[in-house]
Amino acid sequence: MNDGTQAVEQALSESSTPKPATETKHVKILNRDVNVFYGEKHALKHVDLDIYEHEVTALIGPSGCGKSTFLRCLNRMNDVIDSCRVAGTIEIDQTDIYTSGLDVVQLRARVGMVFQKPNPFPKSIFDNVAYGPRIHGTAQNKSEVEEIVRTSLERAGLWKEVHDRLDQPGTGLSGGQQQRLCIARAIAVNPEVILMDEPCSALDPIATAKIEELIDELRENYTIVIVTHSMQQAARVSQRTAFFHLGDLVEVDQTDSMFTNPKDSRTQGYITGRFG
Amino acid sequence: MQTLILIFVVLGLATIGYMSGRGRAILVSGGAPKTLHSLPSYYGTYSAFWIAIPALLVLTIWLFIEPKLIQAWVMGGLPDSLTGDLAADRLGLLLNDIRNLASGNIVSRDVDPALQAAADRLITLQAAGFWLMVALVVLVGIGGFLLARSRITPDLRARNSVERTVNIILIISSLIAILTTVGIVFSLIFESFRFFVQVPFYEFLFGLNWSPQTALRADQVGSSGAFGAVPLFMGTLLITLIAMAVAAPIGLMSAVYMAEYADPRFRAIAKPLLEVLAGIPTVVYGFFAALTVAPFFRNTGEAIGLDVASESALAAGVVMGIMIIPFVSSLSDDVINAVPQSLRDGSYGLGATKSETIRSVVVPAALPGIVGALLLATSRAIGETMIVVMAAGLAANLTLNPLEAVTTVTVQIVTLLVGDQEFDSAKTLSAFALGLVLFIVTLALNVIALSVVRKYREKYD
Ligand SMILES: Nc1ncnc2c1ncn2[C@@H]1O[C@H](COP(=O)(O)OP(=O)(O)O)[C@@H](O)[C@H]1O
Ligand SMILES: [Mg+2]
Repeated sequence: MNDGTQAVEQALSESSTPKPATETKHVKILNRDVNVFYGEKHALKHVDLDIYEHEVTALIGPSGCGKSTFLRCLNRMNDVIDSCRVAGTIEIDQTDIYTSGLDVVQLRARVGMVFQKPNPFPKSIFDNVAYGPRIHGTAQNKSEVEEIVRTSLERAGLWKEVHDRLDQPGTGLSGGQQQRLCIARAIAVNPEVILMDEPCSALDPIATAKIEELIDELRENYTIVIVTHSMQQAARVSQRTAFFHLGDLVEVDQTDSMFTNPKDSRTQGYITGRFG
Repeated sequence: MQTLILIFVVLGLATIGYMSGRGRAILVSGGAPKTLHSLPSYYGTYSAFWIAIPALLVLTIWLFIEPKLIQAWVMGGLPDSLTGDLAADRLGLLLNDIRNLASGNIVSRDVDPALQAAADRLITLQAAGFWLMVALVVLVGIGGFLLARSRITPDLRARNSVERTVNIILIISSLIAILTTVGIVFSLIFESFRFFVQVPFYEFLFGLNWSPQTALRADQVGSSGAFGAVPLFMGTLLITLIAMAVAAPIGLMSAVYMAEYADPRFRAIAKPLLEVLAGIPTVVYGFFAALTVAPFFRNTGEAIGLDVASESALAAGVVMGIMIIPFVSSLSDDVINAVPQSLRDGSYGLGATKSETIRSVVVPAALPGIVGALLLATSRAIGETMIVVMAAGLAANLTLNPLEAVTTVTVQIVTLLVGDQEFDSAKTLSAFALGLVLFIVTLALNVIALSVVRKYREKYD
């Protein structure tokens, strides 16, 4: 066994959250035979994956294997890319999100997204968080907006640090704070699912630890799908892990069994650090 | 011409010096160039510098001093009967005649033997001076060459010397550019000062009446010579406002379309086409304004019962606005493109539509750059001359009515200085004062615009 695996096992044993039995869980997002093409390139092949409510699902795999592509299918962010074509069935709470009548705006309000690099808007902290509620018209008046901003920042664990400077630009915060601001911004539209694409890859270890802690807390209210490069992180925050390789979903299992007992040789190779 | 040949000779010497210095370096290294402090080519450049720089310096100094020396000798040799007690400007004329005589041109007075002698003396001195110069320059060049050659040893830090010399040459070049600018500014200030001695400062800045014809004779009528520049400032402001009212919305909207909506293929064609607008000579816009747009506005005005002057501020302003559209759109397009895609993704990810994203995220993020673009375009409009000369008229009306003829600062500068002028009348000098005002305003606008743009750049890099 090499060091990488040991670190993962350590992370698993340190992880304090009890792993609930999945049989009682409700399937939040159902993916059947999902295929994605960028022009001619077949980037994602026949993916069948269930994502359970109030769980953190981690997507791991070597660079370019299609993790981000899959994540972006779930809130139809791939619509923005001209060459991109998605086929297959993706249902959230039994509704197909790719049916023609579906309103993307509504979908993205239900499925929030946090990006790899913190991307606060060049506006004040307050306006960053209030952006979503304002465009969706969820708040009737000023005090409601303030209430939403406050609770979102609290849930994102940022309120204490910024409550006295809400009018200052969000871009002036530290990297970790910016990322939590982006999480608060996503929470503010009251989504059911939060997608995170390598949310900690631009952050230092301390900021990363804070975000991981936050992800664990958010699980209570939201369903979370997180792409990560770090297997330790997957082990620490997720209950379920999916391993992608060259556009295939190779294996998906509960995180602890995946890391202790991978079934596929490619998974084993990846988590023991033989490639990737 | 002969001097030019001499310069080429020096450069030729320097080239030979380069080869020889290089060869010398390899030689002193004992065939092992690795033991040298610098690469052999640096030793070559080192020798070339030692030849060319002192030689060219001597040449420059000589060219400055020689005419003065020769002049002193020639004039000193003249008999008192010719120079007498002439004033300085008369002496100058005399010298001119001697020169003309020497080069076989027409002379303004009778040629007496003394004058002829002086001219002959001038010819001999000039010929001797030239050969002396050639000898001196070549000697200095060879001296530098020998000096460099004797200095080349494996330990000579040739690279450092060459780098330092290049550095100094670059500094001198940029100093020349800066000093030229400073010189122009100082001459503006100096001449304006002469103007303000004749016309009070406050009268120029706050006077409401502009009529720069000064009387040449005491009994002349209609030449009051009033220098209140407010009508010009108002005219400039009015035309600039009209131009910006045209250019800002059209330029911005086309920039947003190009950056956010347009198909890349369309953009690849349309953007250069738009930029062609910036390449049209302004004089073409000028006659377009004067011959097409102005009559069109007048006729339209007539048709709906409005009284439009045949040279209206509106026509000039609109055409100027069209001219500066590419400044606004091209710069804004660049800053909008510089807004990171991640911000757009963030907004889409929250469920914003494209237009919401553009309105609430992209344009605010690009705003400082857009403001900078608008300020630069404004300063362009204020300084623009040709269009207003042809289309805005000369009448210094103090009005804010865009349908009337107005005149601008630039137009007045042109009319003040076209044709023969005395260079010390208030009329001529007022052009410098106007130029100074123009300079200060556009400089301020440019400085603000550039600092705004720079601040914006720092944020995303
Ligand atoms: N916009 C795009 N256009 C074309 N190909 C893309 C695009 N985005 C991703 N791809 C390709 O799809 C594959 C999967 O990419 P991605 O989902 O970003 O991988 P991951 O996030 O796992 O590193 C890669 O081979 C990548 O080159
Ligand atoms: Mg990715």
